[in-house]
Order: sequence, then C-alpha cells, then structure tokens
Amino acid sequence: MVTRTAPLPLAATPPRRRSFAWKAWLTFGLLILGAAVMLMPFLWMISTSLKPEGAVLALPPRLVPESPTLQAYRDVAQSFPLWRALGNSALVAVLTTLGQLVVASTSGYAFARFHFRGRDALFSLILATLMVPFAVTMTPLFIIVKTLGWTNSLLGLIVPAMFSAFGIFLMRQFFLSLPKELEEAATLDGCSTFGTFARVMLPLSGPALATLGVFAFMASWNNFLWPLLIVSDQNLMTLPLALATLQGVYPGQTQWNLIMAGAVVSVLPMILVFLLAQRWVVAGMTAGSVKG
Amino acid sequence: MYERGLKRRLTLALFLGPALIGIGVFLLGPIVASFVLAFTSWDLLTPPRWAGLSNFTRLLADPEVRSALSHTLTFIVLYVPPVMLLGLVVAIALNRNVPGRGLLRAVYFLPVVTSWVAVALVWKWLLNPSYGLLNNLLAVVGVTGPAWLFDPRFAMPAVILTSLWKDVGFVMTILLAGLQNVPEELHEAAAIDGATEFQQTRFVTVPLLAPAIFFALTISLINSFQVFDQVYVMTGGGPAGATTVLIERIVKNAFSYNAMGYAAAMSWALFVLVFATSFVLTRLQRRWSW
Repeated sequence: MVTRTAPLPLAATPPRRRSFAWKAWLTFGLLILGAAVMLMPFLWMISTSLKPEGAVLALPPRLVPESPTLQAYRDVAQSFPLWRALGNSALVAVLTTLGQLVVASTSGYAFARFHFRGRDALFSLILATLMVPFAVTMTPLFIIVKTLGWTNSLLGLIVPAMFSAFGIFLMRQFFLSLPKELEEAATLDGCSTFGTFARVMLPLSGPALATLGVFAFMASWNNFLWPLLIVSDQNLMTLPLALATLQGVYPGQTQWNLIMAGAVVSVLPMILVFLLAQRWVVAGMTAGSVKG
Repeated sequence: MYERGLKRRLTLALFLGPALIGIGVFLLGPIVASFVLAFTSWDLLTPPRWAGLSNFTRLLADPEVRSALSHTLTFIVLYVPPVMLLGLVVAIALNRNVPGRGLLRAVYFLPVVTSWVAVALVWKWLLNPSYGLLNNLLAVVGVTGPAWLFDPRFAMPAVILTSLWKDVGFVMTILLAGLQNVPEELHEAAAIDGATEFQQTRFVTVPLLAPAIFFALTISLINSFQVFDQVYVMTGGGPAGATTVLIERIVKNAFSYNAMGYAAAMSWALFVLVFATSFVLTRLQRRWSW
C-alpha cells in the first residue's frame, strides 16, 4: 500500500497568487484608462464636426451632440475646396507610392545582385542621406522644383518624393535575404535578367512591397512642410495644407465645427488604411529597429 | 549578372538609371548645393556672393536662433524622457496576456497614423481656454486650467502634451517588436531564482530590449530636433515668440527673408546637432550592450 501525501508546493509557483490577480486587474484598468485618453480627442473631433453652429460653444461642452447634423461638412465644402483636397491627397499618395515601389524595387535589386564598380560606395552614400534632415535639402530642392516649373503643381509634390533612400535600403535588404538559386534556375531556363526580376523575384516580394507601400502612402498623406512651401493655389492643396489654411479662412471667431469636419475628412481615410493594413504599417514603422 | 557587354550595361542602366537620376537631382544634388550655399550670401535676386564662415558666426550671435534653439532643447528635454518611459510601460503591459490586447495596441497606435496638422487642430480645440474639453474637465475637479496656447508659460507644455499623446504609440510599437525577441524562458529562470516581477523587468526585459530602446530613442531625438508641424499649426511660434523652433527659423529665413545662404548654414548646424546625437547614442549603445 502506498500512502499518498499531499503534493509538495513547487517553488516555482509563487505563493502570492491572489496579489497577482489584483495586479493584473490594475494593469488592465490603467490600460483601459490610457486607451480612453487616446480615443477622447478623436471622439471630440467627430462630435464637434456633427454640431450645428450654435451648439459648438455651449457650456458645459457635450460629448454627444443633441441634434447631430452634417451641416458643417456642407458648409466647409462650400467655402473651401475640401473634396478637391481629398482627391489631391489621394492622387499624390497613390502616384508617389507607385513611383517609390518601382524605383526602390529595381534599384534595390541592382544593389543586391549586380556587380559593378563603386556599387558599395554608392549605396553607402545613398544610405548616408538618411541622416540628413529635410531642412538641409529644402532650399535647393525648392529652387530646382521652381526651375522645372513644378511649383503649384501636383508634379512638384509627387516626383521628388518618389526617390527614397529608405525604400532602396528596405528593398535591397529584402532581396539579399532571398536565395540566389531561384535566379540561377530562371537564367538557365533562358530568362533575361529583367524577366527573372519581374517573373520570379517581384512575385516573392509581396511583404516587402506592402511594407514600403503602406509606409510611403502614409508619409505622403500626412506630409505638410513640403506642400506648404510649394503650393499656394487652394485647388492644388493636399489635406494637411488645406486644413492649416482653413484655419485662417474664417475671420473672427474660429468655427470649430467646420475645422473639425475638415479634420475628420483628412483623418478617416488614413485610419481605414491602418485598420486594413495594420500589419504592414507596423512593419514599416519598425523596419530597421530589429537589427539582423 | 549573367549577361555580357552592351546588354549587361543596358540592363544595369534600366535597373539603376531612374533611381540614380532622381536621387542625384532631388537628394544628393540639393545636399551638395546646400553645403555650398551655406558659405555664400544670396537673396535670390542678385548672384550669390562668397561669405566664408560669416553665416556661421552670425548664427552663433543671433538672438532669434538662440531662443529657437533653447525652445527646441526645452521640447527635447520635456518630451523625450516621458515619451520613452510611457512607451516602455505601455509596451510591457501590452506584451502580457491582457484581454483585447490587439485592439488596445491599435488604439494606442491610432494617433501615430493621423496627420500632425489634424492632431494639432484637434488639440488646439481641446485646449481652448474657455470652451475646450480639457479646461472644462479640470473645472469639474475644481482646478482652473491655464490659458494654454495663449499663455507664454504654458504654450510649450501644451505642444509637448500633444506630442506625447501622438507619439506614445510609436515608441510602444518599436518596443513591442523588440519584446518579441525576449525569450519567455529567461523570465521563468529569473522567477525560479526568486526575482520579483519588478526585478525581472529591470534585469531581464530592459537589458534585452536595449537595441529597440536605442532605436526608438534615436528616432525620437532626431525627430524632436526637427519639431515643426505641431508648433506651426498650434501656435505659429507664439505667443510672444515663446515657441519658435529651429526648423521654423530656417523656413522663415529662406522663404520670408530670402536669406538663402543663412538658412542653409542654419540647416547644416541642425545637421551637426542631429549627427552628434546619433553618434553619441551609437557609442553609448556599443558600451552598453554585451
């Protein structure tokens, strides 16, 4: 007969089980509180944009509008080409992104696979430009764009932004991580270099292209300083510039419901992109943070 | 690759040509031009005149540059440590098995994907002294809120508060990516050795996170030196010049005063600050990691 003894408590299980539970709840509670702080400005923005003019400055402020209306959206569009700005932003972001993808994937591939004199020095030079603040290039870039006649045109917003050192770096890293055997097999089958790149390598680059694409789109969508310098025509403004300009459009008391309506229009599309492509947004943000 | 001669050159030109032309014209060219400009005096109307180092000596004595630099440094000192600490705390909390973890991460990240101009306008409205949400919430607790953006003493803190709200999610995301690389076994081993939770965080998690922390810190610092959008929209440098920053000075000199050479010199001074910061951080990281 074996006498059974109670199992010995393992040293690894802490005796403070209960305190752990309240700690977990405290953590969770604080996280929820923080999330509320994060969301509140967005709710305040939406709420204000749905208020009629008379209700905006009511005290105490109400978070839920009594009689929500889309009037502010109509009003703002009447005095300012806001929908046009939305279209400009979309066009500029899409074309900039496509341009960046083409330029970065082809040149990234060349830096990863081709052998030519000065390759590494050239790549280091391009990489070094990442250290240079935009303010340094700003003035000469403005003069170049002005010489090309691209001030007050969407071209001036799109073309210079297509060439990104970050993109070239990202794509080169990715191609270096792919095995060479794939290309060798394609070459033996009689594929040209370009054919190998287009039919074998690009289809494998989905994750890298998505990371760079989402990142480029976001940067373009939110860019402010460059449009501020080269665009003054209201019909050619992108959303951030339109919003900043909108601030000064209404004389006297700022009409916050109109401004917030503009803010909603500029924020919602990016939030949608983020919710649909969250993984790639995060990948783009953290690229380069985890050193391989 | 495997092609030879002319065909090889053509292929190379096809792949590299567009990128090199674009980088040359829109990136490397402007960098070189800006460097040359920094040693000239140019008002866009008359041809540039050689100015030697005079732009740089003028820079050091310029009271406006001095105050812009001190405001920028104030921003850095009051913004970088809190954003790093808050980001770290949130990242560690959200690395645990809390309910709704994915959703919470998305919520904290939401301000990061929002354009600075929109954020600045929303906060400008939130911070409105009489009708804004913040002061009315403070009034409920019996605190009379300051005039924020209208008060020279509170304008910069208000801009910093807004920046913290916007960027905590960024630091959190970088650190969460780093936390994926901290093996769970190490925590278990530390727990068996009798380490409390705080000690585990302090002696296991944070040291292993060092690369991610340095990366987030470097990016945050580099961006802080170039703080502009939020200041431009929220205060325009005011009230009474209390929030002028370096980039704002460079833009003003280049595009309002047509002092192209002086603005270029200023931008290179900014580059030196950014470069020195990165350099010091890289050195520190080497010494700190083992």
